[in-house]
Amino acid sequence: MIHVLAFYLFATLVVCSGALTILSRNPVHSVLWLILAFFNAAGLMVLLGAEFIAMLLVIVYVGAVAVLFLFVVMMLDIDFAELRAGFVDYLPFGMLIALVLLAEIVLGIGIWSAGPIELAQRAAPVNPEMSNIQAIGTLLYTRYIFLFEAAGIVLLVAMIGAIVLTHRARGGVKGQNIARQNRRRPQDAVRNVNQPVGQGVEL
Amino acid sequence: MTAFFQNWGLPFNGAWLLSTVIGILVIALPLMLAVAMIIYADRKIWAAMALRRGPNVVGPFGLLQSFADGAKVFLQETIIPSAANRALFLIAPIITFTVALIAWAVIPFQAGVVLANINVGLLYILAISSLGVYGIVLAGWASNSKYPFYSAIRASAQMISYEVSIGFILVCVVLWAGSFNLTAIVESQRGYYGFINGHAFNPLLFPMSIMFLVSAMAETGRAPFDLTEAESELVAGYQTEYSSMSFALYWLGEYANVILMCALNAILFWGGYLPPIDWAPLYYVPGIIWLFAKILFFFFVFSWVKATVPRYRYDQLMRLGWKVFLPVSLFFVFLVSGFLMFTRYGGAQ
Repeated sequence: MIHVLAFYLFATLVVCSGALTILSRNPVHSVLWLILAFFNAAGLMVLLGAEFIAMLLVIVYVGAVAVLFLFVVMMLDIDFAELRAGFVDYLPFGMLIALVLLAEIVLGIGIWSAGPIELAQRAAPVNPEMSNIQAIGTLLYTRYIFLFEAAGIVLLVAMIGAIVLTHRARGGVKGQNIARQNRRRPQDAVRNVNQPVGQGVEL
Repeated sequence: MTAFFQNWGLPFNGAWLLSTVIGILVIALPLMLAVAMIIYADRKIWAAMALRRGPNVVGPFGLLQSFADGAKVFLQETIIPSAANRALFLIAPIITFTVALIAWAVIPFQAGVVLANINVGLLYILAISSLGVYGIVLAGWASNSKYPFYSAIRASAQMISYEVSIGFILVCVVLWAGSFNLTAIVESQRGYYGFINGHAFNPLLFPMSIMFLVSAMAETGRAPFDLTEAESELVAGYQTEYSSMSFALYWLGEYANVILMCALNAILFWGGYLPPIDWAPLYYVPGIIWLFAKILFFFFVFSWVKATVPRYRYDQLMRLGWKVFLPVSLFFVFLVSGFLMFTRYGGAQ
């Protein structure tokens, strides 16, 4: 009973906030609706018994990715009129892309449910005695280890690419060398001088 | 407690719901009282270190000062700036306050005394604390004012940076304990060298406990990392435009977060509800008292630092997070997992 109620609550909220993400006029509101959608999707995962995935969804998407989205969008100075001007021009192309994506999803699901190997796997994918984290770990680090590592390398390449693209060496920046500061002792820096009257200070 | 209500003839669902609601109230209401008293304690400690008296007028020894402050803000008018984004402006403090409270659901107060004994407890806390940044960022943006906005940008960068190192520190503890469940983590700390309880006495995890303490200060925006409300630069940071109860919610949420971080410190590294020494007579003292004693000790450390350490500069804060804590904690993840591989999991063959 509580499960059913919770499912309909989360599902309705995911769909509504997903729709509001693309419908709201203010981009900051869009990001916030997106965050709500992520959060409720995590709720659905908990209901499915995939609590590890749910927590990761919140930590990674809500806690890191969406914060960066919000960070960027907050600082944008967007002209809404200009943003809406091209809407009618792009509408046919957008519809086309949406149709292609829909067809891909339908075809993909059709093939997946027909395959003989996948059926056997879906019957008993993991040992039900295991906790979530153990089950994912045993699959990820044995069967899918190469895919997992390949994904890691792709991310590394993306990160290096982003750093290379945005890094620029600026001249004339005074950096702070903490080790040098910590090495400095009073006797290197301070001098007691009995200054004779009438003579300038030696610097 | 569910079984107790089922004996009264309630169906399981109803009994579960009732016992959970009672559990929430039993945690949240004393927590609010604790926050009020800990604010008083913070001001007293801070005053004592500055050779002042601190609050001493309302009630005996000024004990009721926090309640007087609470009544004051409660009676004030809530002012909403005309250019602010009204809805988000009001939602932001509610988010901060709620997030500070719901993280307590997984804290074990004694063996078996926990509201939600889930097996991803530590991840839950990490997830909830990563939500905390939204209260601040939304406040900064919705106020439509420049100092709160600077503060929001600082807060989002600062909290993300320190969450990374906190994540790696937690991974070290989880590797050692072999579980994400907080009760299991506490139980794994029994009997170091046969007589001490606590991961902090483990030479591989002791540096992590220090780094966690410092990262926790940065994560909660406490001094010396309170760049988000640096009054010399940003007036009051994200709270500048807030008044009355919406301001009080930030205040309460901030201290509830600080107590939570102290509790995490106690649970992850200092044995949680276990007595410090693994000696039978000490187990007659209820675990909750040991936990509270540890929380109060760490809160004293937090106030002590606040009273004595000057505020960091923002670039130094970032340097500490990314160039010191991140590499060191990553190195310790390798060290701990390597050590466990060779000793516990028999990787030496």
